[in-house]
Amino acid sequence: MKPTDISAPDYFHKVVDCQWACPAHTPVPEYIRLIAEGRYSDAYMINWKSNVFPGILGRTCDRPCEPACRRGRVEEKPVAICRLKRVAADFKDDIKQRLPRSAPRNGKRIALVGGGPASLTVARDLAPLGYHCTVFDADPKAGGMMRTQIPKFRLPDSVIDEETDYILSLGIEFKGGQRIDSMKQLLAEGYDAVFVGSGAPRGRELNIPGRKEAASNIHIGIDWLSSVSFGHTDKIGKRVIVLGGGNTAMDCCRTARRLGGVDVKVIVRSGFEEMKASPWEKEDAMHEDIPILNYMVPIAFTHDNGKLTGVTFQKVRAEYDAKGKRSLVPAGEPDVTIACDDVLVAVGQENAFPWIERDCGIAFDKWDMPKVDPKTMASTHPKVFFGGDAAFGPKNIIWAVAHGHDAALSIHRLLSGEDVNERPLPEVHVTSQKMGIHEWSYDNDISPEKRFKVPHRDKVIALKDIRAEVELGYDVKLALGEAHRCLNCDVQTVFSAPLCIECDACADICPMDCITFTENGEEAELRGRLKAPTPHPDQDLYVSTELKTGRVMVKDEDVCLHCGLCAERCPTGAWDMQKYLIDMVHAGTSCPSKRRSAA
Amino acid sequence: MTYIAKPRFHHPGLKKNALGFTHRDYEGKISTLCAGCGHDSITASIIEACFELSIEPHRVAKISGIGCSSKTPDYFLGNSHGFNSVHGRMPSVLTGANLANRDLIYLGVSGDGDSASIGFGQFAHSIRRGVNMTYIVENNGVYGLTKGQFSATADRGSKSKKGVMNTDNAIDLVAIALQLGATYVARSFSGDKRQLVPVIAGALQHKGAAFIDVISPCVAFNNHAGSTKSFDYVREHNDAVNRLDVITGRDPITVDYAPGTVQIVEQHDGSRLALRKIDADYDVHDRVAAQAFLQKHAAKGQIVTGLLYVDPEAEDLHSHLNTVDAPLNSLEAQDLCPGSTVLDKINASLR
Repeated sequence: MKPTDISAPDYFHKVVDCQWACPAHTPVPEYIRLIAEGRYSDAYMINWKSNVFPGILGRTCDRPCEPACRRGRVEEKPVAICRLKRVAADFKDDIKQRLPRSAPRNGKRIALVGGGPASLTVARDLAPLGYHCTVFDADPKAGGMMRTQIPKFRLPDSVIDEETDYILSLGIEFKGGQRIDSMKQLLAEGYDAVFVGSGAPRGRELNIPGRKEAASNIHIGIDWLSSVSFGHTDKIGKRVIVLGGGNTAMDCCRTARRLGGVDVKVIVRSGFEEMKASPWEKEDAMHEDIPILNYMVPIAFTHDNGKLTGVTFQKVRAEYDAKGKRSLVPAGEPDVTIACDDVLVAVGQENAFPWIERDCGIAFDKWDMPKVDPKTMASTHPKVFFGGDAAFGPKNIIWAVAHGHDAALSIHRLLSGEDVNERPLPEVHVTSQKMGIHEWSYDNDISPEKRFKVPHRDKVIALKDIRAEVELGYDVKLALGEAHRCLNCDVQTVFSAPLCIECDACADICPMDCITFTENGEEAELRGRLKAPTPHPDQDLYVSTELKTGRVMVKDEDVCLHCGLCAERCPTGAWDMQKYLIDMVHAGTSCPSKRRSAA
Repeated sequence: MTYIAKPRFHHPGLKKNALGFTHRDYEGKISTLCAGCGHDSITASIIEACFELSIEPHRVAKISGIGCSSKTPDYFLGNSHGFNSVHGRMPSVLTGANLANRDLIYLGVSGDGDSASIGFGQFAHSIRRGVNMTYIVENNGVYGLTKGQFSATADRGSKSKKGVMNTDNAIDLVAIALQLGATYVARSFSGDKRQLVPVIAGALQHKGAAFIDVISPCVAFNNHAGSTKSFDYVREHNDAVNRLDVITGRDPITVDYAPGTVQIVEQHDGSRLALRKIDADYDVHDRVAAQAFLQKHAAKGQIVTGLLYVDPEAEDLHSHLNTVDAPLNSLEAQDLCPGSTVLDKINASLR
C-alpha cells in the first residue's frame, strides 16, 4: 500500500466517525469535551454554528452519528450524542451576545419559501453577510414541520420559539400566514435569489376499499398531527389503528394515546426490524403500551352506515430472492379484521409543487421532482435553489440544515460573482495535544461505563398531558458520565516514520491491537496479516513510509480508543496525539476565490 | 510513566486459545519502565508464548530478583504466582520452590546485573543442577536503575552514553550456560518477536534447565552510537542460526518450508520444535561445536541468535535426586511418617 496521506482533509475526518456521518459535519467530540468541562454555552455555540438548532435536534434528530460512533464497535452501545447536544442547550447561559451582528445591508434580496429548518439555515447563514432575507410561510410562526408535525411531548414550543427567534433576530423578515402560490409571481418580484424549502407537505394516501365511505374517521397522519399541534383536534376514539412504520407513525400513535386513545395499535406491512422508525422511537411507543403488529397488509376499511368499524388485513411473510431483495407474499392465513374507531394513515410523505409553474425555467424529472444538484442545491433556474425535503424528498432535519448551508454558500457565491460549482476546501487544524511527558490536553482515560439512560417523566403523568415533555434530559451528573464515554476520535494518532526506532512499545501497549509492524503489501493481503484483522474494510489503514528494517507501520483505525498509550509509550515521540478540527465551508467563512469578478 | 490504567476494552475479533482466553488475559499491570524499554517487548513475548501454549495462568510461578528486568513479572501473567526475591537470589528461591512443588511451570526472570554480577554464583548453580525452569535474562548491558553504569555483560570497547569506553571483558551468559550443562540454550533480541516468542514457548515446554539470553536495549542509557546493545547495532550484527516454530498439540506439521531445511526436534514430553535452519552447518545438538561457533562469531563482532543448543532427552534435578512425584504440600502425614514397621525395616537394613 502507498503511505497514507494524512494531509488530505478527508483522511482524519473519516476517523471521526460521528462527524463524518453527520450531514452537517458537526464536530461532535469537540463539543462533548466542552460539556464534560461544564462549558455548556461553548458547546452550544459549536452546535449552533454547525447545525443551527441544537435544542431541537438534541430532542428530535435522526442521529446518523450514533450508529457510526466508534464506541458502538468497541462495546454494546454508542455514545448518546444526540442527548448530550440537548444538555448543551438545556444548561447554557444566555448566548444572545454571541450571535452574529447583522452587517450593513448589501442590497441583495433573497426570498425563502417555507419557514422550516432548510430556509432558516439559509437565512441564518446569509443575513449576517448583509443579505435581506424574506421568509414566507403559510403558518403564522416559523419552524415548519418542526412545529407542526413533531408532537409537543417530544419537542416543546418553547424550544422551537427560542431557536427560531435566534435566527429571526438577525434581521430576517418573516412573513407568516403567507402562502406562495406562484413561483412566476415570486420571481417577478425581482429577488436576487429564491430558496425553496417548502418540505414534503403531502401525506401519502391509502386507496383501498372503504376509504371514501369511512372518510370521517380516517386521517392522514401528518395533517392530523399538525391539526393537533394547532389545537384544532383534541380528541380521538378509544380504539385507534395507526398504519405505517415510520417516525410519523410513532408520533401519531403516541399522540393518539394522549387524546383519548386507550387501545392504540401500530400495524405495519413489513417486519418489525425493517420498520423505518428509529429504534428508540419504537421503544418509546411500546413503553406507552402501544403494540406493534407486523407483516399485515391493510386491504379494506370496514364500515357501517358511513361509520368506520375496522380494518381488514391480509397476513404476509417475507421472501428473499437470490439477490436478497425482499418481497411480501401471502402467508396463506385467513384475513383478520381489527375493530377500531379511528385510523391514522402514516404510510409516507410526498412532495407537491403545484405552485411552481412548469414553464418558469425549473426543470422537473420523471418523478415530478425538481432537478437539483446535490452539491450546490441549484435547480436548472440560475436564481432558484432547493433544500430540505423539497429537494430530494422526505429526509430529516439535519439533512435540511446541511442542504441549507450548501445552498447559502451557493447563493453567496452566485451573488458575489463567483462560480457556484467551485466549492472552497474546508479549513483544517491539526494541533498536538501534548502538555507534558505523559500529559495531554484531553482526558485520555477511557471510561468503562455503559450508556446512561435518559430519565423519562412518569408514564401516568406523561399520558395525561400532551404538552408534557416525556424525556427530561440528562442532569449534570449523568451528562458528565455520558460525556466521558466519548473516545475523542478527533484526537488523532499521528505517526512520524523517521523518528521510529521500531522498539514495538506502541504495538505492545495498544489495548486494541491496532498497530502492526510488518512488510508492506496489497491492502487485502496486508489486512490479513494484521495483529487483529477487522471485519470493517471501510475503516482505513494508516500506513507509514518505509522504516529502517524495511517494514512499515500499519495502524487499523477501526477500533482505536484514542487513549494515547502508543504516544505515551513511544520513546522518541514518533507518535503524537493531535487534535483534528475541520471548519466546514459556510457562506462567508471562506476566502473569496481568485477568480472573483466584480459583482 | 503512564498514569492511566490500560483500558479493559479489547479488539472484538481477538483470537482465543484452547482455554478460551485472549492474549489480554495473560497481561499484568501497566509497565512502569521507561517508554520504549526492550523489557516491555519481552513481557509482550512472554504473554504471547503463554497464550499460544494455552498455559493455565495458575500453573505458572514467576520468580525474579532485583532490577528493571526483575520488575517485569508485575506486567505479565497477573493471575499467576509470583515471588520478587532478593537481588541475585532468584535462582535459589526458584530451586527451592521447584523442589517443593514440581507441578508448576517455573519462569525465572532476571537481568544482567542480577545474574552476571551479584547473582553470578546463583545463576551458575541453578543451571549446573539442571533445575526444570525457564531462565530469562533481560540483558541490556547497563545498570538502568542506577543511571547507566556498565554491567558485566557490556562488551569490551563499547561506549557509555557519556562516551566512556568499557575496558572490562564481558561475561557471555550463553557461553557459560552451555558450559555448565543447560539443556536448552537460546539467545534472542527484544526487537525480533518473531524469533523471541517461539524461543520462549520452546523453553517453557522444555523439561530441564532452559536458559535464554535476550538482548534488550535500554532506551534511556544504552541505545546510542557506540553501544553494542542498541537497536541499531543488534539489528546490524544479528546472526540468526535458525528460526523456530513451536508445534502445539498433536497436529500434523503444516509449516511450509523448503525440503531439507527443516529439522523437527521432539522433546521428552512429546512437544515438538520445528527448526528452520538458516546456517546449514549449524548442529543444534552439538554442545561443543555450539561453544566454538559462538566464540568464533563473537570475535568477529557478530551476535549469534536463535536456538543454540537443545538436548531433547534432558533430565532435571528431580530425576537426579529421585524425589517424590507429588508436590510436598499434597503429602499427608501418612506419606511423611510411614510408621514404626517401615522404620524397623530401614534400621534392620543398616545393621
